[in-house]
Amino acid sequence: MPGESDIAIRARGLTKCFGSLRAVDDVNLTVTRRQVYGFLGPNGSGKSTSIRMLCGLLTPTAGEIEVLGLRIPEQAEELRRHIGYMTQQFSLFADLTLRENLEFLAAVQDLPRREAEQRVDELLHEYHFEGRADQLAGTMSGGQKQRLALAGSVIHKPELLFLDEPTSAVDPESRRDFWEKLFELADAGTTILVSSHYMDEAERCHRLAILDRGRLVADGSPAELTGALAGRTLEVRAEQPRQAKRVLVQVPGVLSAAQIGNSLRVLCEESGDCRARIEQAFADAGVSATVTPIAPSLEDVFVAATNRPADQLATEAP
Amino acid sequence: MNWRRLWAVVIKELRQLRRDHITLAMIVGIPIMQLILFGYAINLNLRHLPTAIADQSLTSGSRQLVMDMLATGVIEPVASAQSPQQLMEMLRRGEISVGVVIPQDFERRLATGEEVVQVLVDGSDTVVQSAAVQLAQMPLTYTPAEPRASSVPLPQARISVVSFYNPQRVSAINIVPGLIGIILTMTMVMFTSVAIVRERERGNMELLIATPVSRAELMLGKVLPYGIIGLIQTSLILLLGMLLFQVPIRGSVLDVYWSAMLLILANLSLGLLISTRAQSQFQAMQMTFFVFLPSILLSGFMFPFDGMPAPAQWLAEVLPLTHFLRLIRGIMLRGADFSDLWPEWLALVVFILVMMTLAIVRFRKTLD
Repeated sequence: MPGESDIAIRARGLTKCFGSLRAVDDVNLTVTRRQVYGFLGPNGSGKSTSIRMLCGLLTPTAGEIEVLGLRIPEQAEELRRHIGYMTQQFSLFADLTLRENLEFLAAVQDLPRREAEQRVDELLHEYHFEGRADQLAGTMSGGQKQRLALAGSVIHKPELLFLDEPTSAVDPESRRDFWEKLFELADAGTTILVSSHYMDEAERCHRLAILDRGRLVADGSPAELTGALAGRTLEVRAEQPRQAKRVLVQVPGVLSAAQIGNSLRVLCEESGDCRARIEQAFADAGVSATVTPIAPSLEDVFVAATNRPADQLATEAP
Repeated sequence: MNWRRLWAVVIKELRQLRRDHITLAMIVGIPIMQLILFGYAINLNLRHLPTAIADQSLTSGSRQLVMDMLATGVIEPVASAQSPQQLMEMLRRGEISVGVVIPQDFERRLATGEEVVQVLVDGSDTVVQSAAVQLAQMPLTYTPAEPRASSVPLPQARISVVSFYNPQRVSAINIVPGLIGIILTMTMVMFTSVAIVRERERGNMELLIATPVSRAELMLGKVLPYGIIGLIQTSLILLLGMLLFQVPIRGSVLDVYWSAMLLILANLSLGLLISTRAQSQFQAMQMTFFVFLPSILLSGFMFPFDGMPAPAQWLAEVLPLTHFLRLIRGIMLRGADFSDLWPEWLALVVFILVMMTLAIVRFRKTLD
């Protein structure tokens, strides 16, 4: 049994270069046990590369990794018994049935024959696959495939679970179900590292790290991250929001102004009284608008951390 | 090496194979089709080959010989000629496939037992060639001036065959043992290389390498099912070869299977090595043919090994098929012992060890 300390993952100066591209750049990371830890970032921000390095599938260009008390990549082979890994792309065998897929995984994870049988039945039941055990995995819907993949990755009851964008191709209801399963696993003591580009999923994590262009730009609990922006987020209601936006982007200290229906969501720089300046600018321009403070969201955190509009998360998604 | 994990990979592979109807059909279809195509093409009793006859003798004896030849139905006169030179020219232009020369001193040669007739053959076509050989074996029933015991085939081969463009005659019996090698080379290399690359393409490999399954378990688990398939194919070809073409197995059957097993392993390990290099199934197929074509051309299957220039021979020595052909022809046709042919199987064993080691070393359980 690897180290029983409270730290599941510790990475220092984690870097990966592909040719001249720094896919992951000097990332420091600490994940404590029994947490759901989120990686939030647009595609190409280094989420998958980081996860692959942490479970020993990619060799880091630089940096130190310790997972469950094991040095990675040196002890990756030993680590594989204790982790579950769910790939971004569906990676079970499309031409095997559900049961055959799970049986195969149970065998390569060294479950004794009888225990394996029991565990496969248990998982088929728990993940609502009764009566479909003999269906080919390739014929299932996206949501079902993800559920099966999750069942497959926990077949050996790993202490630590890596999930690489598990819900990127799944409808909202399946996503909710999927997250229910994740919390059940976390309650049972599993540490989970999950990457996503959905804000609502990030909000569910105990802690999260925001990645942008290979760099870790912010990390903490959702409350800490949003709390750090207190007083910097404003809502502007205006008759003509587009006109108001043109005024807003001229105001010094305004980082972003995103239109949401008839209102604008404004994120300001840390220093100075932004609100007064905005109201002044509206008055000067003769635009009628009301400015009120609102609670910061994770979208604001992302914008503040990356200096990029939040919709890039969605538009850069596949 | 964990047997349960290895077995799990084998079972998974077999289950996937069972659902892959096209591959299954190819496993059985390729040997049957190739055997029948190659076998019958070579065994075909050709009729009506376009022929020109230059009868320079013009005696009643020569005329009777010509009539006998025509009566076989193998040749059909399409042009007339006076000299062998004319016949050669017609052969070159492809107007005729067979030329028959009956020399002026036909009667004298017949009396003295010299070769009486020359048959010129377009040897670039093995089928024509073998037909002409049949023609040459036609017994001469004509007996000159003082009759001996009539109708007795004369002791010496009285008709000489000159084969242009392909001095070595290939026969069906020679083809069938070689065909085992050809089919195993084609299917085994292709199946293994594609089987692994397919998993990489579909993303299964990323899942597999994140589990405790070891490199050797993965590789052997992939190779074993195809090894069994290779033995099934071997049996199929042997059986059909014996039934359809009366191919003899003069040596021991066990030795035949030993040889086949060595070639199967050699090809499977080569397939594994290809799979560590190829990025897509298409690349794997191309690399397979990169090996397959020289195997067919240089191994001695199509053209005699001894006739090839030295560099081609060196290259051929590296190909497993070359050594297998020597083994299998030795065992099946000459009745040689496996132990007599030790340089050949030793070469195969070395090939297997080198390829397998390279494949396992090159295969990494990482995505780098």
